[in-house]
Amino acid sequence: MKTPTDLKNVSRRDFLKYTGVASTGLVLGMAVPTQTVWAATESKSNELNLFVSIEQDSTVNIVCHRSEMGQGIRTGIPQIVAEELCADWSKVNVVQGLANAAYGSQNTDGSRSIRNFYTAMRQMGASARTMLESAGAKFWKVSVDKVYAENGFVVNKTTNQKLSFGYLAELASKIPAPNLDKLTFKKPENFNIIGKPVPIVDLPKMVNGTTEFGQDVLVEGMVYASIERSPVIGAKVKSVYKDDALKVKGVIDIVVMPEQSFPVVFKPLNGVAVIATNTWAALKGRKALKVEWDLGENKKHDSEQYLAELSNSIVTKGKVVRKVGDAYQALEQAKHKISGTYTVPYLVHAPMEPPAATAVVNDDGCEIWACTQAPQGAQQTVAGVLGLKPEQVKVNITLLGGGFGRKSKHDFSAEAAILAKHTAKPVKVIWSREDDIKSGYYHSISVQHYEAGLTDSKSVSAWIQRTAFPSIIWTFNDQVNEPSDMELGLGFGDMPFTIDNLLCEKHQAPAHLRIGWLRSVCNIQHGFALGSFVDEVAIKSGKSTQQMWLELLGEDKKLDVKTQGFDYKNYDMPIEDYPIDIARLKNVLNLVVEKANVNQATLENEAWGISVHRSFLSYVAVATKVSVIDGQVKVLEMVNVIDAGRIINPDRVKSQMEGAMIFGLSIALMGQIDVKNGTVVQSNYHDYPILRMHQSPEIQSFIVESDELAAGVGEPGVPPVAASLCNAIFKASGKRIRDLPINKHFRV
Amino acid sequence: MIRFTLNDKAAEVEAESDTPLLWVLRDILQLTGTKFGCGMAQCGACTVHLDGQAIRSCVMPISAIEGKSVKTIEGLKPDSNHPVQQAWIEHNVPQCGYCQSGQIMSAVALLEQNPDPDDEAIDNFMQGNICRCGTYPRIKAAIKTAAKSLNTTSNNKFNYELATNVGENV
Ligand code: FES
Ligand code: FES
Repeated sequence: MKTPTDLKNVSRRDFLKYTGVASTGLVLGMAVPTQTVWAATESKSNELNLFVSIEQDSTVNIVCHRSEMGQGIRTGIPQIVAEELCADWSKVNVVQGLANAAYGSQNTDGSRSIRNFYTAMRQMGASARTMLESAGAKFWKVSVDKVYAENGFVVNKTTNQKLSFGYLAELASKIPAPNLDKLTFKKPENFNIIGKPVPIVDLPKMVNGTTEFGQDVLVEGMVYASIERSPVIGAKVKSVYKDDALKVKGVIDIVVMPEQSFPVVFKPLNGVAVIATNTWAALKGRKALKVEWDLGENKKHDSEQYLAELSNSIVTKGKVVRKVGDAYQALEQAKHKISGTYTVPYLVHAPMEPPAATAVVNDDGCEIWACTQAPQGAQQTVAGVLGLKPEQVKVNITLLGGGFGRKSKHDFSAEAAILAKHTAKPVKVIWSREDDIKSGYYHSISVQHYEAGLTDSKSVSAWIQRTAFPSIIWTFNDQVNEPSDMELGLGFGDMPFTIDNLLCEKHQAPAHLRIGWLRSVCNIQHGFALGSFVDEVAIKSGKSTQQMWLELLGEDKKLDVKTQGFDYKNYDMPIEDYPIDIARLKNVLNLVVEKANVNQATLENEAWGISVHRSFLSYVAVATKVSVIDGQVKVLEMVNVIDAGRIINPDRVKSQMEGAMIFGLSIALMGQIDVKNGTVVQSNYHDYPILRMHQSPEIQSFIVESDELAAGVGEPGVPPVAASLCNAIFKASGKRIRDLPINKHFRV
Repeated sequence: MIRFTLNDKAAEVEAESDTPLLWVLRDILQLTGTKFGCGMAQCGACTVHLDGQAIRSCVMPISAIEGKSVKTIEGLKPDSNHPVQQAWIEHNVPQCGYCQSGQIMSAVALLEQNPDPDDEAIDNFMQGNICRCGTYPRIKAAIKTAAKSLNTTSNNKFNYELATNVGENV
């Protein structure tokens, strides 16, 4: 049971003063105070910098400023710091950082935690280690080159005496932080924490039920809220009949949420909240509530009809995204032609833990506990709806029971804040599974169309590809009605082929639902379409899928798509540091064929399919083996290979790859959100199924050992899955699936 | 007032009779180890034992609990010493962890019923527990490890190298 912070009487220790930003946007050591932000701990340990403090008993507190949602970041970030600190890993205690601008961005999505903070975390560790070494040198009255840190101690080289970090911490905390350019770093060959399969730090608590998720937060005196939200985006509350709901025992209040306008951003949806003394009463009260809606324009939206319309327009010329040569002319002259249209329905995140947030509001500010992927965004959103300054909002980050992109939207935090203010009590807003499925930020419904022309000798001479889907940008700017370059840079405009006549085009697609990013985002549809079409072209050419890929990829090179007219964002990283490296793509492809032994004969009705995809700066190849018997698809085995550059924790990379295979299978086999009359049809796991154990194949994951810069891990496993699966189904059954999900055609 | 046994201790609660056991545990008794995932017996996140059987507490009205014995994840082994918990640790099973209380309670019930389940028996029993993160391969491996350790007296020592031997670096 938590006691909210007394926001009026917060001690100086609760705040951190900071100024200035390093390249990553975070601050090494404390500089001149210009702004106040919330500090991670109120502990009395000796702070060496923003991320490291050490207790007398040598406990090393390391802040993890990123959100844990299953990717293992609360272990990965501290591993990097502890490595350079020369800490004893068994003494490391991980402290969850609060929303705090001094940390730089805390927005935990885009598979970017390691690549954006690897260097900064090494600096934090190295800086603290240098301070401890200086403290040791001071203690022994020797020069600093006569000491070194090792496994939680500073050692005197001359005498071999050792002093523990705990013993030196206070002295070290008084030593000024060294300049960044004075820091020395370990050589990778001397790493003994980075690159090791360290068990996740929350493991012991996860197996005895004592971890705390957003849904689990208990605050003294709190009440519970469940909200009936607009069934159609933009719908407004016309009238509310409250009497029956108020009669439910435990229901305290019915609150109409403040009406919102477009763009939808992260604003709470229009709706009516039932506040009660416990969750069950709130849910029951909600059932008894009668709300009449003014549904608005989006009530006309019908996903089936919409997809049919997009499928009609996609076969016509679109707006050019990337161009080489003259693909239309080359196609006309081609000896053989082949085309395919691929569709993916709306999808929703359905994290195991539905969103939840708890808030307390008083005259001095607001305190929030939320399973948020982006605490600074939550802080700003909440400050916005309450009319507070961001520093008046203290955001505590719980563990996230899965995120997948859903929990970087702040509507649920804003709801809690609004209701806490209204009731003058701590309020926990609980989303039910139905709320989660029906009021999400959906992965776009999409259509992709591919055409290729082949020469006499069956080599590809023309390639045209088009895509259309409602844009995420619409969520923030409701004038937008076509895919953005950011989204087209997710496996479409950056497609890796070298073809003399190549054309990428886009079509308009207006949005009618809140559109959001879901694990690997547009790479889902683009990876599915590209990986399927290459397989189709291979079959037409009488080549193996692997051979076809190698031919289309051409010679080893770093591909520059900017010269072909596409404004490629490269996941916000410089293309010089993270090129589109064709050799690495080929390498994972060749490895997966070898590891899965794809070319070996299989039983009748069984087959392997493969695909490969670069996303989030990583390279992933997937091989999937299926059987198709009497209309039943069974996924038997999956093998994947990832090249993500330098790896911090190989076990968590493997677990992310296992998870990505299963996430991809859920999408490909069963993922479908339908919309009728502007309203989402599905409501819970019975009609939005998630892969279950009996459907889950054997999975083997291989990691390419690499000293290249660290790249993404959480998302890049997903995109090749659907194509590898549909390619396998084709080989096993002769049926080509171009419209996901597969359960429209087969039992799964 | 409803009286029952909770984690081997006498418990009594005041709640509307239709309140699911899940919300009694979470909101009233403040035992939040048992999770809410769907509220309609679809996901298994809320799995607890009722007189030794795995049940979904989200659809079990508290009125049906009178005089019975309930075990939640908190009552399994708070020191995480149960062979199933130990196997979970050995295989580094959880990702986000949210489904894992339910997975563990189901696995314990399975092994009490069938001390040496094969793949099919594991699939059949565990398919009511969803893991959105996709930890199924490890759950399955951990159940087999737990079965072995329950069937022998040998001490299962923690070894994370062992847990991660699927696939390798290339
Ligand atoms: S919450 Fe009970 S089965 Fe899902
Ligand atoms: S570990 Fe996240 S849902 Fe199972």
